[in-house]
Amino acid sequence: MSDPAVNLMIAGGLVLAGAALFWPASGAAARVRRAWRTSERVRLEDVLKQMYKLRREGRTATAENVAGGTGIGRQAVARLLRLLEDRGLVETRGPRLGLTEAGRTYALRVVRAHRLWERFLADRTGVGPENWHEEAEAQEHALTTSEADDLAASLGNPAYDPHGDPIPSAEGDVPERAGVPLASLEAGRHAVVVHVEDEPADVYQQLVALGLGPEVGVQRLAGPANAVRVRVDGVERELTATLAANVAVTPDAHGPGRSRSATLAQLALGREAVVAGLSPLCRGPARRRLLDLGLVPGTAVAARLQAPGGGPVAYEVRGAMIALRREQAVHVYVEAADGGRRG
Amino acid sequence: MRAAAERPRSRRLAKLGLDPRKWDCLVALAGNPNVGKTTVFNALTGLRQHTGNWPGKTVARAEGAFAHRGRRVKVVDLPGAYSLRAGSADEEVARDFLLFGKPDVTVVVVDAGRVERNLGLALQVLEITDRVVVCLNLVDEAERLGVAVDASRLERELGVPVVPAVARRGEGMDALLDAVAAVASGDRRPRPRRPAPVSEQVDAAAEALRRVVEAERPDLPNARWVALRLLHADESVAAALRSGAVAGAPSPDGADRILRAAARQRWSAGPGLDDAMAESLYREAARVAKTCVERTERGPGRAERALDRWLTRPATAFPLMLAVLAAVFWLTIAGANVPSAMLATLLVERGHPMLVDFGTSAGLPWWATGFLFDGVYLATAWVVSVMLPPMAIFFPLFTLLEDFGYLPRVAFNLDSLFRRAGAHGKQALTMAMGFGCNAAGVVAARIIDSPRERLIAVVTNNFSLCNGRWPTQILIATIFIGALAPPALAGLVSAAAVVAVALLGAGFMLGASWLLSNTMLKGEASTFSLELPPYRPPRVLQTLYTSLVDRTLIILGRAVLFAVPAGAVIWLASNISAGGASLAEHAVAGLDPFGALLGLNGVILLAYVIAIPANEIVVPTVLMLTALVLGDAALGAGPGVMFEPGSATAAASLLEAGGWTVLTGANLMLFSLLHNPCSTTLYTIYKETGSAKWTAVSALLPLAAGFAVCFLVAQVWALASGA
Repeated sequence: MSDPAVNLMIAGGLVLAGAALFWPASGAAARVRRAWRTSERVRLEDVLKQMYKLRREGRTATAENVAGGTGIGRQAVARLLRLLEDRGLVETRGPRLGLTEAGRTYALRVVRAHRLWERFLADRTGVGPENWHEEAEAQEHALTTSEADDLAASLGNPAYDPHGDPIPSAEGDVPERAGVPLASLEAGRHAVVVHVEDEPADVYQQLVALGLGPEVGVQRLAGPANAVRVRVDGVERELTATLAANVAVTPDAHGPGRSRSATLAQLALGREAVVAGLSPLCRGPARRRLLDLGLVPGTAVAARLQAPGGGPVAYEVRGAMIALRREQAVHVYVEAADGGRRG
Repeated sequence: MRAAAERPRSRRLAKLGLDPRKWDCLVALAGNPNVGKTTVFNALTGLRQHTGNWPGKTVARAEGAFAHRGRRVKVVDLPGAYSLRAGSADEEVARDFLLFGKPDVTVVVVDAGRVERNLGLALQVLEITDRVVVCLNLVDEAERLGVAVDASRLERELGVPVVPAVARRGEGMDALLDAVAAVASGDRRPRPRRPAPVSEQVDAAAEALRRVVEAERPDLPNARWVALRLLHADESVAAALRSGAVAGAPSPDGADRILRAAARQRWSAGPGLDDAMAESLYREAARVAKTCVERTERGPGRAERALDRWLTRPATAFPLMLAVLAAVFWLTIAGANVPSAMLATLLVERGHPMLVDFGTSAGLPWWATGFLFDGVYLATAWVVSVMLPPMAIFFPLFTLLEDFGYLPRVAFNLDSLFRRAGAHGKQALTMAMGFGCNAAGVVAARIIDSPRERLIAVVTNNFSLCNGRWPTQILIATIFIGALAPPALAGLVSAAAVVAVALLGAGFMLGASWLLSNTMLKGEASTFSLELPPYRPPRVLQTLYTSLVDRTLIILGRAVLFAVPAGAVIWLASNISAGGASLAEHAVAGLDPFGALLGLNGVILLAYVIAIPANEIVVPTVLMLTALVLGDAALGAGPGVMFEPGSATAAASLLEAGGWTVLTGANLMLFSLLHNPCSTTLYTIYKETGSAKWTAVSALLPLAAGFAVCFLVAQVWALASGA
């Protein structure tokens, strides 16, 4: 038999080499695939999209901030911009850059595909919120116009993407985004989230973890000056100024709207409550399953059994014992069984 | 003319696996899960039933036929479903059958104790077809729970016949059949309740679309339902419209006009269609239930509540679970010993020499008797005698626990563990089933209705140490591990070693589940649902019969199918010589260096290659090959003839002569746990997933783990003993 130490070293080397090649996202194979995907057309479209975004934000596009926003090198951007100008999609006025009408239409098409795909991922698949943007970044270049139209029709022609950004219509109309920054809300006021910025990714992930998303009800609470304290789905949360700046809301004119409810996850064992609704963050098959189990507004529920080790809780729902995991239960809003409100 | 109109239906029915010439009346049985639908089915058909799969689907299907007043009635048991919105494979099958199979009568089974919940499905069925009879089952259980249902009031509310029944005792079955016959013959024309409005916005859109549908397809009986499904972008309904499966001849233009109108109306239907429809359905169900259900006491009885608490409280739940598992194993092993030995005596010890004698006296050449009786027959006999008795005991026990309602509680208790691995709590059950037989465990994964978690359960089931591998483990542990301990403790130590290997398997299963859910299956849609059904006394005889027919015999049949060629290969490899040695000896010599790297040897690797059909024949094959390689005819029963020595000591001396060490034994135990599934299981995985890719993953994942673990153990062992 050969030397075991040598054998182990060879095997270890093979494992390392395999990992370097095939590690998801950062392995060599993934890099090659990405580079292959990032063709010239993709980069041109990214530049157009970035210019459109800058215009929406009321900022002037320059080669610098286009390069910064797309992650493409400055010289490459200059070359791409010249190409776009040759094709009549971009016009330069001195140092300032602008989209032509054709350029705007093209950019809108890419944005439409991107946001539709995000909507699709949110409604029809189990892809987590943290991955929507990344996957749509790739898909926006692959969908043809007619594919995007078919997708829109099958999704019920959604008007907003799952972050609350408007989806341009096939005709190129984009509704204006309403809403005010979360931080501008007075203490005690109720509001509904209309938009959660999906970039940068780490900030967005923190917002997702806090349970914030479009159509979620919030109540601003009194708190320290350097932070924003809110109640989300019956739980008090504190957001840093950076986090809060990425959330836009519209004040709820009808007083405490969705923000009043506790969730099923907060219902103590043995207690009863009435379902008030499902969280807007619960989508697609997961939502349909809860509805089919009878968790619709007005349904009486009672928490009966807790599985060991933080497992699911069995609820009595319309005569059956239904076990729900915690991540499902937090999506079910409930009110006290006597019709009053719970804290 | 009539024949022409009938043709599309018979073609549709053929697609659903039915032959319209064989009956006069087609009855579909629908209902929520846990409403006693199967009991109703059994009460109607008795044992004149046939089970199988839906064509092209891995959804179990039962059908039966009987005569009622001179008419041949065919009953098809649809899978239990919470709704007809086709959210899972089961629901899709049920929905498609009602829609495309167009049964003459649909019986909706409703649990009398949970009328409001069950009416949701009944109302959905009424939207698709008028010809419905409601079977109000479990009336006795409802009475015990203090629930009284006014059946005639319910009949008036729904507009279809309602028959109270206790299917377990056969009560109400005649009345049910009469009602079915009356509806089928047209003597009784149900006037079902009109579907409830959904919401102003949705109803307006649905109405506009319904008019388009009716203009294009005037013969469609359920235009409003079709309109609502199209608003919902239901692909299978859209496809059915295009192909003409729902009504009349296919007319692509008409279908296109309808689908374009649907796309237009979807703008005005707005979002939240799902919510609005579910809400209106349950609102309506509550309204109906309120008129005819009276309850004097709420919820399950005190005994059930107390039992639930005992079965799910950590202090009692886990000891009880282990006790039940141990009891099932003990019953299986102890109970199977005697019949297994009898079968082995009959088939191997007596049957084999008899056949060989017969072959010789009939003048067959040596190679023919060898190939047929030593190879093919012996492998098959071995598989049958080792596999059949434990399966025939294990599966019914399991089904009884399931019917009683215990197993869903086990899934409930263990869900937090499996959730962390990205899997479903019910995987605990498929895993336990895998201890009996991995192929059965793979089929059992059907109870998981979320496709992603089901796939995880299917792919990782092989990490459950199956019944076919326990004998290998026990024999090797006794010879090599137990021998290390003082004689008094030897038995205990070797048993502990086997349990440790089984636990290692459970660990690998969780690890592999976690790996799959975070790599290949990341982002697949997943829904969790787990109902804890009411406790009900199991039906022992029915269970014995069906689990024997549905599980044991099917799997045994598959195993035999694969054992036959394996026996042939084993015999041929040992008896065909090239260059002075048999093929088997060449293969062993070739595999030896690789085996040494893994702390195994060529004999073991070859045995695992040629004994892939069933783990049961690995030990006999290993012993035969060892004797063959040693070249001492006195040691074995002859080339290609599998054998098992009378005692562990005899096996030990043979293996030690073959150069085995403690390392070889330990690594064989590990490799027996961590290697590709047997071909029966692989075939079953392919059948269940319909995917060559996932079958390959299921084979390679444990094999890679086995190679890695054996390699590490062998090399570290060598390092440690060298140092």
